Amino acid sequence: MLPAAIQHPGAVTATEGTGPLPASLARRSPQEVETTVTSTTSAHDDRPGGGRARLNQRTLRTDRWWLGPILTTLGLATFLVYGAARVFQQDHYWVAEHHYLTPFYSPCLAAQCAPEASLFGRVPWELPPFFPYALLSLPILLLFRVTCYYYRKAYYRSIWQAPTACAVREPHRSYTGETRPLMLPQNGHRYFFYAAFVITVINTWDMLVPYFHGTEGGFGIGVGNLIMLVNVLMLWGYTLSCHSCRHIMGGRLRSFSRNPVRYWAWTRISTLNHRHMLFGWLSIASLMTTDAYIALVASGTITDLRILN
Amino acid sequence: MSERTFRVWRGADDGELTEYRVEVNEGEVVLDVLHRLQATQTPDMAVRWNCKAGKCGSCSVEINGLPRLSCMTRMSVFEEDEVVTVTPMRTFPVVRDLVCDVSYNYAKAREIPSFTPDPKTSPGDFRMRQADVERSQEFRKCIECFLCNNVCHVIRDHEENKEHFSGPRFLMRVAELEMHPEDTADRRRTAQEEFGLGYCNITKCCTEVCPEGIRITDNALIPLKERVVDRKYDPLVWLGSKIGMRPRDTPIAPNIRRAEGGGAEGGGAEGGGAEE
Repeated sequence: MLPAAIQHPGAVTATEGTGPLPASLARRSPQEVETTVTSTTSAHDDRPGGGRARLNQRTLRTDRWWLGPILTTLGLATFLVYGAARVFQQDHYWVAEHHYLTPFYSPCLAAQCAPEASLFGRVPWELPPFFPYALLSLPILLLFRVTCYYYRKAYYRSIWQAPTACAVREPHRSYTGETRPLMLPQNGHRYFFYAAFVITVINTWDMLVPYFHGTEGGFGIGVGNLIMLVNVLMLWGYTLSCHSCRHIMGGRLRSFSRNPVRYWAWTRISTLNHRHMLFGWLSIASLMTTDAYIALVASGTITDLRILN
Repeated sequence: MSERTFRVWRGADDGELTEYRVEVNEGEVVLDVLHRLQATQTPDMAVRWNCKAGKCGSCSVEINGLPRLSCMTRMSVFEEDEVVTVTPMRTFPVVRDLVCDVSYNYAKAREIPSFTPDPKTSPGDFRMRQADVERSQEFRKCIECFLCNNVCHVIRDHEENKEHFSGPRFLMRVAELEMHPEDTADRRRTAQEEFGLGYCNITKCCTEVCPEGIRITDNALIPLKERVVDRKYDPLVWLGSKIGMRPRDTPIAPNIRRAEGGGAEGGGAEGGGAEE
């Protein structure tokens, strides 16, 4: 149990009658007042009423504070709708000629996958149509992003509205934050990070393989290769700039000077970590671009522009 | 020189926004204008201030709804015809006009177990490199303006959470001690269970308003959350605690909460109903 003093701080002065600020104003000039409260006339004895300023407005902010949350919601919704549409389309994910595989289907595990597209083989039984082909990686990557410290901020603000923007009153009657059992999975971010790290290695492999499938066989580079390369760079940027990664690499240490190598790693990750939000959005954009390009090539809508072979 | 419109909160919790026309000169900050108001029109207006250089943390107010130091808010950031609204911090009880009672913060500060060096060491024994103190140095830039605690929606919008939440400023203090190379206490469990780290949903408003530019969320709160995961949600630690290898948790500072609880009972009832 906490003292009432903390629940209603103003009440302390009322009870004890110290009235620290107004009382001291009465007899001193500003120059003498060490507490730096200035008032040049004698204050009437208006002791604190014990409460906050009763301002009814939700916020007095005059800037466009609602713009950020709206853009965030639109961005996240675009990604989710596009991702869901593509995952359940279950077609146009593989360009056999150049071995382009979209990241939304990697690693392809379902029995319906194109045999060459499945890096680790396929499950022996056919899954119902609403199961994504990338059975393991998609849920893990989704959870990695859902528990990510940046995305948490993004959706707590823009979707859950707690708070919508700084100094804007939130619409909820009560607030428990991440203390309830339902929110415990948020603490598992590091485990999703480990898994996402492995998946990013697989994505890197997927990106490298097409270089050895040129039009006439052998080495070749097309626009698809370059798009996949940028995508993988963004994925690494996002994965390595993760706050959990920063903690694991060195943030958990008390003493840096006793662990120079981990300190060095921590400083590098910290630099990336500054841009975690940027990488978050860039990787979303690059994932969609890569997938859209591969879908267009796979469906024959466009042909892959070859730069070399 | 021009004349601008200011709306200033006057009175205690039941006060109101009062409009003034006041002269503003080039290069002035909001605090200068408040002082001119005091000197010319409202001699009884209460304003807390001290250094006028953004280093004492006294003049925290909310200007056009945003928590800021009034001495560091230039008048040039507003449009010529923009009405400037100055209110006291919303999270703390108003004493009068722009002055708040921030004793909540001092009560929370006292609960944190202080620096606990190894008892075998004596003063002068520590040899620390810059790399070791770097992280703490960022947090030591704090001027205790309490703008972060003021803007934090956990207590700003939910008065009832003040009981179990210490606010970003003091969770940062816990993080600082946790990152101290010579500290031996373990405050991770208390950070979660007593100081309410779990209430933080890392929406970064504390970082946004910090006049010292401390990256509170990224460098203090999230690392502290990760340390709490180490302590509380790591399967290996859990297994270790089952077979008897219990980590030793440092409790909160003794005789802080209960001792004061008795004395202020009556005041609580009086101050009730003050929430919005």
